[in-house]
Amino acid sequence: MIEFHLDSRSGVSPYLQIVQQVRHALRLGLLREGDQLPTVKAVVASLAINPNTVLKAYKELEHSGLVAARPGVGTFVTKTLSDTTLAAHGPLRQELQRWLDRARRAGLDDESIEALFRDCVRSNAWEDVA
Amino acid sequence: MNAVLEANGLGKRYGRRWALSECTLAIPPGQVVGLVGPNGAGKSTLLQLAVGLLAPTAGTIRVLGDRPAASPEHLGRVGFVAQDTPVYESLSVADHLRVGAWLNPGWDRDLAQRRIDQLGLDPAQRAGKLSGGQRAQLALTLAIAKRPEFLILDEPVASLDPLARRQFLQGLMETVAEHGVSVVLSSHLVADIERVCDYLVVLVASRVQIAGPIDDLLASHFRLTGPRRDLNTLPASQEIIESSQTDRQSTLLVRTDGPIVDPAWTVEQLDLEDLVLAYMGRAAAGERARPRIVEVH
Repeated sequence: MIEFHLDSRSGVSPYLQIVQQVRHALRLGLLREGDQLPTVKAVVASLAINPNTVLKAYKELEHSGLVAARPGVGTFVTKTLSDTTLAAHGPLRQELQRWLDRARRAGLDDESIEALFRDCVRSNAWEDVA
Repeated sequence: MNAVLEANGLGKRYGRRWALSECTLAIPPGQVVGLVGPNGAGKSTLLQLAVGLLAPTAGTIRVLGDRPAASPEHLGRVGFVAQDTPVYESLSVADHLRVGAWLNPGWDRDLAQRRIDQLGLDPAQRAGKLSGGQRAQLALTLAIAKRPEFLILDEPVASLDPLARRQFLQGLMETVAEHGVSVVLSSHLVADIERVCDYLVVLVASRVQIAGPIDDLLASHFRLTGPRRDLNTLPASQEIIESSQTDRQSTLLVRTDGPIVDPAWTVEQLDLEDLVLAYMGRAAAGERARPRIVEVH
């Protein structure tokens, strides 16, 4: 069982924080197939958040095929994330490493690199929406 | 949609002063609604009209489809925790539960007892001797043990320390999870609202400035910064809520349902506090701009 926490200054909405924490735990192997997520009531009672927020997070996880709800029992992990993406991490990291070298050679400092990266992630996300 | 609370041109006047005027709003069921606004916006007046503690001077208000406090049966369907969570100081905790059971036909004795046990309250303790947090929890227990469909709370946590506030909201959210009750709560603490509410109503000078599901509101408001530009050149789909200009830069807070494609803007997400402040600021500016000729009698 994992425990959620909320960072009220992160700017990320509470439901997304829960989604991200579950995905993170799956990626790190803290959650495995068959594991149960905390019940909505338990999350609500520990974090003092709206039950709909937890439901929305669990629905989204269900929608992406990571968990399944068993009515009256709880919500269970049906898939792990680690094995599917871990293999891709190595090559991606190498490419990113090479890109970072190039960026530094071009004179970008950490702040510019992060700004550029964030901007690309965002415009890429918009393209997906549009 | 059957609104749990519906106001139309609602007003309440004390002598010459309108505490609330021309208030029109509809609150959907099954939500935890945060009601925010500056002092004097009419929040408490609205909530007291909703529970029938006040009668309207103008307009109409309906709660769960009926006049507030229309009948004993209707009273049983609405729970209310007034500002500063008042209790009867000379009565004990157990007395409060007895009174609750006696006054409310739908009283859930087990729920009340379970909550008192959980909170570790001594049944023999006089309510006047309880801490602020315990008093608030006792008031909440009374309001939820009558098993209402709709719970109205007027600034329930304003005077509590952070720990007591968190515990109070935990209790409230557990109730929502367990019984699916609709809730309206007024508060100045936007961080609390962001946590516990899924619907926001911003009330300034009796008027609803904006109302909607919090996730939708956050997803449709952005802060844009970029080189100074003529604000008339913005797409019609972007409504400016707040703007400031220097000789070089424009900073805007806009509401839009579509993506912002203009590459000149740096686009940032807003948190709920920024959003609330922008709407309160806009309403206050509008208030100042309005000519005040009605004051002459």
